[in-house]
Amino acid sequence: MFPNQFEYQRPDSVQAAAGLLAADPDAKLLAGGHSLIPAMKLRLASPSSLVDLGGIEGLVGIDAAGTIAIGAMTTYAMLRDSRELSRVLPMVTDAADNVGDPAVQARGTLGGALAHSDPAADFTAIFLALNGSVDVTGTNGTRTIGADDLFVDLFTTALQPDEIITSVSFPAPDSGTGMAYEKFRHPASGYAVVGVAAVVTTGSDGNVASARIAITGAPSKATRASESEQLLQGKKLNDESIAAAAAAAANGLDINGDHFASEEYRRHLVGVLTGRALTRAAAGM
Amino acid sequence: MAATIEAPELLVGQPIRRREDPKLMTGSGNFLDDIRLPGMSYAAILRSPVAHARITSIDTTKARNMPGVIGVFTGEDLADVNPLPCAWQAAGVENNVATPRLLALGEVRQVGDPIAVVVAESVYQANDALEGIEVDFEELQAVVDSREAVKPGAPQLHENAPNNIVMHWTCGADAETVDKALAGAEVRVSQSVANQRLIPTAMEPRGSVGLYEPATQEYTLWATSQAPHVHKLVVAAFVLGIPEQKIRVIAPDVGGGFGSKIFVYFDMPLVLWLSKALGRPVKFFEDRTENYLHTTHGRDHHTDIEIGATKDGKITALKVSTLANLGAYLSTVAPGVATTLYGRMVAGCYKIPNIHVDVKGVYTNTAMVDAYRGAGRPEATFVIERACDLVADATGVDPAEVRRRNFIQPADFPYDTGIGMLPYDSGNYVPALDLALQHAGYASLLEQQAARRANGGRKLLGIGVSSYVEVCGIAPSKWIGLSGEGWGAGLWESADVRVYLTGKVSVTSGSLPHGQGHETTFAQIVADRLGVPYDDIEIEHSDTKGTPFGFGSYGSRSLTVGGTAIYKSVDKVVEKAKLLAAHMLEAAPEDIVYENGKAWVKGSPDAVKTIQDIALQAHVAYDLPSGMEPGLEAVTYYDPPNCTFPFGTHVCVVEVDRDTGNVEIIKYVGVDDVGNVINPMIVDGQFHGGIAQGIAQALYEGAVYADNGELITATMNDYAIPKASMLPTYELDRTVTTTDVNPMGAKGAGEAGTIGSTPAVANAVVDALSHLGVKHLDMPYTPERVWRAMQNGNA
Amino acid sequence: MATTMTAPGRVAVRMKVNGVEYAADVEPRLLLVSFLRDNLGLTGTHIGCDTSQCGACVIHLDGEPVKSCTLLTAQANGAELTTIEGVAKNGEYDAMQMGFWEMHGLQCGYCTPGMIMTANAFLDRNPDPTEAEIRHALEGNLCRCTGYQNIVKAVQYAAKQRSGGAMEPGPGTDLDFEHKDVIEHAPEDLQDWGDQLAGQEER
Repeated sequence: MFPNQFEYQRPDSVQAAAGLLAADPDAKLLAGGHSLIPAMKLRLASPSSLVDLGGIEGLVGIDAAGTIAIGAMTTYAMLRDSRELSRVLPMVTDAADNVGDPAVQARGTLGGALAHSDPAADFTAIFLALNGSVDVTGTNGTRTIGADDLFVDLFTTALQPDEIITSVSFPAPDSGTGMAYEKFRHPASGYAVVGVAAVVTTGSDGNVASARIAITGAPSKATRASESEQLLQGKKLNDESIAAAAAAAANGLDINGDHFASEEYRRHLVGVLTGRALTRAAAGM
Repeated sequence: MAATIEAPELLVGQPIRRREDPKLMTGSGNFLDDIRLPGMSYAAILRSPVAHARITSIDTTKARNMPGVIGVFTGEDLADVNPLPCAWQAAGVENNVATPRLLALGEVRQVGDPIAVVVAESVYQANDALEGIEVDFEELQAVVDSREAVKPGAPQLHENAPNNIVMHWTCGADAETVDKALAGAEVRVSQSVANQRLIPTAMEPRGSVGLYEPATQEYTLWATSQAPHVHKLVVAAFVLGIPEQKIRVIAPDVGGGFGSKIFVYFDMPLVLWLSKALGRPVKFFEDRTENYLHTTHGRDHHTDIEIGATKDGKITALKVSTLANLGAYLSTVAPGVATTLYGRMVAGCYKIPNIHVDVKGVYTNTAMVDAYRGAGRPEATFVIERACDLVADATGVDPAEVRRRNFIQPADFPYDTGIGMLPYDSGNYVPALDLALQHAGYASLLEQQAARRANGGRKLLGIGVSSYVEVCGIAPSKWIGLSGEGWGAGLWESADVRVYLTGKVSVTSGSLPHGQGHETTFAQIVADRLGVPYDDIEIEHSDTKGTPFGFGSYGSRSLTVGGTAIYKSVDKVVEKAKLLAAHMLEAAPEDIVYENGKAWVKGSPDAVKTIQDIALQAHVAYDLPSGMEPGLEAVTYYDPPNCTFPFGTHVCVVEVDRDTGNVEIIKYVGVDDVGNVINPMIVDGQFHGGIAQGIAQALYEGAVYADNGELITATMNDYAIPKASMLPTYELDRTVTTTDVNPMGAKGAGEAGTIGSTPAVANAVVDALSHLGVKHLDMPYTPERVWRAMQNGNA
Repeated sequence: MATTMTAPGRVAVRMKVNGVEYAADVEPRLLLVSFLRDNLGLTGTHIGCDTSQCGACVIHLDGEPVKSCTLLTAQANGAELTTIEGVAKNGEYDAMQMGFWEMHGLQCGYCTPGMIMTANAFLDRNPDPTEAEIRHALEGNLCRCTGYQNIVKAVQYAAKQRSGGAMEPGPGTDLDFEHKDVIEHAPEDLQDWGDQLAGQEER
């Protein structure tokens, strides 16, 4: 299939792009295009114009010294192949290698994934678990949105229609931090039926100082497993505490089901994968 | 043999790399969508968004005025064109045939039914204009499940098919006899099983290009086709009413078929009709969603099995009752697949005294179901191989041993199963079973399984065995030609072997490839048999102009039927060459020896005439024996005396994740017997791909319809074609039991892998769960389904 | 503001494809795969799905494997592309093409161009992969014919060739084939066989 007709614009600055978005409520941003273009081909989306971010300099790159800053147009392939990133945020490079396939990784962008907020995306959960933030620019200037405020609902974020994510930041992990992302992959789409990202830091006493666990695939937007996080707080990370956290991971979550995986089964998987992610995170500390 | 005649280096049996490959690996292939003709126009199809409705109005005004649009047509415009025929009307299909029209007229019966066609200057514009057509529907109730469709009060699809029944067909002993045998059996098991609906998914979707040339009144159709001669015949004589000599059908490079490109589809006559109406060549190439919605599907059986056995596992009776969902209309050979190709093969490899098979074909508001790789035999093998494991479970006899105890013995061949199939030609089932068990390490696996169960491991081990026999070379007129059984015509095949003046050779065949390497395999046979260099031989196919009529490639028949036609033509050429050599050597024909491309007089090997010498003499033709015509060419039309029946045993070992239900195949062994092998590399490749598709049915694939008839798995985002990471390494071995049905002793290899593999995986998964109380589980074994079975089994 | 708009509703693009410079005015919505196939006549790049699953359309864009059905032609403006037609150099097949040929890594050949492009880009990044890594790298390329086993071997073959090693030509077979249980039926019996069958039919 083929997309409907649209206007195509390739601005050379973020401000100009924001202006184009502000001028046309039916315009869409084009980053890697690997969610948008398939939707346009099936004519599930027919934007009046596309604003291609590919012509704007300064949106690509990884700076992992101190706070980790990643340009919004940085592709999964760049994340996957970054040695410095694999040292500080190994979960990110691992997960990037498991998004879609190498051709998708070559075009799909971190900023695009977060702005799209697909309920089955991997990096929404990773962003939440790593307590990231995004810098955004709109016609009214720039602001920063924190991890817990970005995702609003299915395909809906806190971004204003004219706002564009320019970079994504993650705090440098404290020593004693382990992290892992566990994904139950859909056999056809490759998306997460359920994905669980866990980031756990233990203090000098060996007890959990902070735990962030985020679930994707099952709920309509990436969501933290708050009850599990609280159960771990101050505890030793061992089989017993992990089992308790896993058992609570789906509590309070509004979970979707479909013909491939029902709500009940996804709920079960959230627990299993939370356990596995925490076990791997503990091993990686 | 004299010293001057070197020993021939035979190509048959050698893994020669394929001559087809260089163009395909450099992007130089010519697939349907690669065809570009001057003045080409492009067709797009408006398809029904609803599964069952009356069309109350269609307004194409807006579409006609959209940019680039050349023409818009609806079913009304094509009202004079015949519907597509159903060529294979099995017994019981008489007055309830309903086949599709090119474009729907008045009513739609499945999502994806073609309603209107737009032809435009570009394919983008043609698709745009679909949005300019307005259709009003009066929606009707839909039914998608065959079990629901036959119930009283179900929505009715066709007036001439009460209760949506296409046909009611039986074979074997009468039901009362088998009931009696079941009642008297020491052990009796019954089980309902589903063989789910699959989408064939050739990587190249389907399409057609039509060209009408007014000056000559000739039509040319390029089509993604496994059977161009049949398509020519059907489109010309049955649909459009064109004189058959005025139509030429060409199958360009075909990107896989697996059955789905055997059939006559609406677009084939449509592009010809449009080309004539518009004076332009017209191309239609479906997209993947159209392919999933409307190109034929496979399988979709619901079957009740009843088995009787002795306490030591000898099967004494088998009763099989099947509802076969055939979709909204009858596709070209659909009734034959669900009846004779299925029901007459349910005995499998076993001597079973009392068998009764009952099949009802059913219309539903779904895509048409027709042959998909294996076509009936996978469904039959699934039934009998699950039945063997059910007997094993009920009697406590090891599953491999149940098979061994029931096998037809070598001395029994040719063997008549008593359910109307031609007799199995040859077989020796025990060695393949033993070899498969040995390669798999069966005894050690059983020990490992016991150990894991004892210590409650989170990875459950399952071992599945499947022994199969299948029928290849679907052709013999004495079976497939019988009226009420088959096509009413034998599916013979043809070949023309022509040696040119220069000694180079052209072979034309009615068989044609869509990935199987016919050109390589056929050239190997001709090189050996005629004794000319392999590179001097050209294999021509796929164009009805220049090849003799043939029924096409499917049913694992290309080598055994088409290849035999070539073999026999070569023999005829050799006979003529010997006559001419005798004349050239001034000897009696009966004294001529012909080997490896050389002829000499018995006892005088120093005076040799090569096939090239003889070909030259035959063509310059000034010194031929009295009465001999010039030229060196022979044609054969070959109707085989029987089918061939390859067999084998597959063993699959799975690990099931106790926590998620995920199934992983950790070992896969296939030992197959396809008789003599021409090119072992190609045969292995056929088995790899066949097994992959069989595993895919067991673990991943299944077309899912919502109750309202919407296809939920309408894209590759939902329908799980397995990826490289989802399939195991296949460990293959062979035994060789030849056949004398054809002179090559070959049996056919295209579908056996698919037929043997699905039950091996199914039996392995059920075996992994058996200690939890699971006796059967329907496919596909998605993680959730397996997880639920473990929950329930444990309860 | 610099945009590349030219005539209303058209975009001017320039790109180098297989070493040749091209310039064109195209509709913004024109997919890159359509441009390659329809405008440039490079039909070796195939279309097998609508949802970017199948990988039959994979080409290299500035050295990276991309799905040309999921890119606008406009997005490739200024890029260097390689399609399957640009892989063989001076009539010499490259190591991956030879791998596919020698190891019987293709049957119908429809997926093959995309497979070769993906596999070559993968070996550029990981010259000495394990089998599992090869299978993972092929996640976005579907093949319905081969069951992937010989595609994996083809990639292994190319990896060896690229690193200066040599792999035995030809896949041979998977296990040894010495196990033969032959029931002899001489071809001369053919006529008898036919008669025998005919007799059974009459029964």
